[in-house]
Amino acid sequence: MRRALSLLPVLLVIGGLFGGGLVLALVQSLGYFAPAGEHSFTLAHYQALVWDKEIRFSVLLTFALGSVSTIISAVLGVSLALAFRGVAKGNRILTALLQVPIGVPHLAMAIVLIDVAGQSGLVARILHVLGFAAVPAAFPELINDRYGIGIAAAYVLKETPLIALVALAMLRRVAEEYELVAATLGASNWQRFRHVTLPLIAPAIVSASLLVFAFVFGAFEIPYVLGRPYPAMLGVIAQRRFMSIDLVERPDAIAVAVFMSAVSTLLIWAYLRLSRHLIGDRPALF
Amino acid sequence: MRFARPVAVAFTAALALVPFVLLGTWSLARSWFWPALLPQSWSFRAWEYVLAPESGVAAALVTSMGIAMLVTLLSVVSAIPAARTLAYHEFAGKRIFLFVLLLPVLALPLASAMGVHGLFLRFGLTENIMGVVLVHLIPAVPYATLMLTGSFSALDRDLEAQARTLGATPLAVWRYVTLPAIAPGLAVASAFAFLISWSQYLMTLLIGGGRVLTLPLTLVAFQRGGDEAITAALCLIFIAPTLFVFSAVAQFVRYEA
Repeated sequence: MRRALSLLPVLLVIGGLFGGGLVLALVQSLGYFAPAGEHSFTLAHYQALVWDKEIRFSVLLTFALGSVSTIISAVLGVSLALAFRGVAKGNRILTALLQVPIGVPHLAMAIVLIDVAGQSGLVARILHVLGFAAVPAAFPELINDRYGIGIAAAYVLKETPLIALVALAMLRRVAEEYELVAATLGASNWQRFRHVTLPLIAPAIVSASLLVFAFVFGAFEIPYVLGRPYPAMLGVIAQRRFMSIDLVERPDAIAVAVFMSAVSTLLIWAYLRLSRHLIGDRPALF
Repeated sequence: MRFARPVAVAFTAALALVPFVLLGTWSLARSWFWPALLPQSWSFRAWEYVLAPESGVAAALVTSMGIAMLVTLLSVVSAIPAARTLAYHEFAGKRIFLFVLLLPVLALPLASAMGVHGLFLRFGLTENIMGVVLVHLIPAVPYATLMLTGSFSALDRDLEAQARTLGATPLAVWRYVTLPAIAPGLAVASAFAFLISWSQYLMTLLIGGGRVLTLPLTLVAFQRGGDEAITAALCLIFIAPTLFVFSAVAQFVRYEA
């Protein structure tokens, strides 16, 4: 009884607000949304994920940007970690610097990126001084661009340090001894990396990458500030349709949000399956 | 490979420092036209505007701070007893419960917020702070619970038992044994509950209906307004508490995925 009582407040939030909200969202997206005059079961709002041109394109864009940003972050993050080996062990300043972008909110990162990579931003100005980009328009459009380059860049800048820190922790914990053994046995640098280091850190990197993908998939602030109205990422579409004056669009928005939750749930399940086999007791990232 | 390390150090340093230098410069620029690398003229205009009551920034700061502190308090208070139970006792469905706890932390709780919107509307919880606090709790409470479950699991329960045997009251055990042992976890849990609420945009917009003006909402409004100096100053005000809170607990955060 006391045990149940101790869990009660958390259960109210998880079961009531989160679970209850999810159930209500399901019901409202399946054709029972009275404010829009819907009173019977329909899958139309989920079919819209495929049939509605704007949403279909958004699904593709969201998957594409998620994959691209995740892969680039993983490669850059692992490279950073490898370059920092030995340094980072004793160097608290580097570790502290790596943690800074993690503490910067997504919205702030988006705004910074406008000042850095916009057509009259810092990079364009530096290129001008160096003799390139005579006018702002000569600098490629990276912010609010058609391909979502700015969105991907913002996520890469935000998530690369996270992957680097995970990789550094793994390198420190598991890789060192085995690498030493391999070196003693005459393995070359490349052989050591390919057959010892990489396999040892890969599971942790893959599981951290799944989380990064989940973050990008659920993105809102960064594409809201750095993206275009069309094509937009799923989070932006869900918000726009939900807040539309026309209540008929609301069930579509909820269906998109439920779809996003389903994908994230799958990713988190995969993350847990993977990280259970890792050295260490629990997913300590969160 | 010889250049790898300097390049990596430069990249990391730039990533950590450029945002602040750039935002700081923009916030002090009166005019900074293409293609100059430094502003043509400087002024405190943006800061004076942002600090003046008419701009509404101070009000947004108070709103954000109030909501985030309330969310932090409620999260930690509800998480402590639950985390203790989760760490000390086995019960049916515990693993599923822990998985479900992870969902609102890592996945966007957007669908839930949209789901409860109608209900909140009926009970007068939209367009006010109470409703916004409630939806911020959806990710913050499970986060704090998971974090503290880790702390309680690492705690040696025998220490508590020994203190009891030696005649300590439950309160004394809590004060001198349990609390010091879980303090780092408690700090991280509070810090992240605060950060989750502080940087929340979408759920605040949906449930607050644009009436609850937190700092991120105000920031986007100014960004859309196109005044770079004011946006930069506001952005610095927005980042400052997150960095302060984050750096205070960074030493306790582990990155073992």
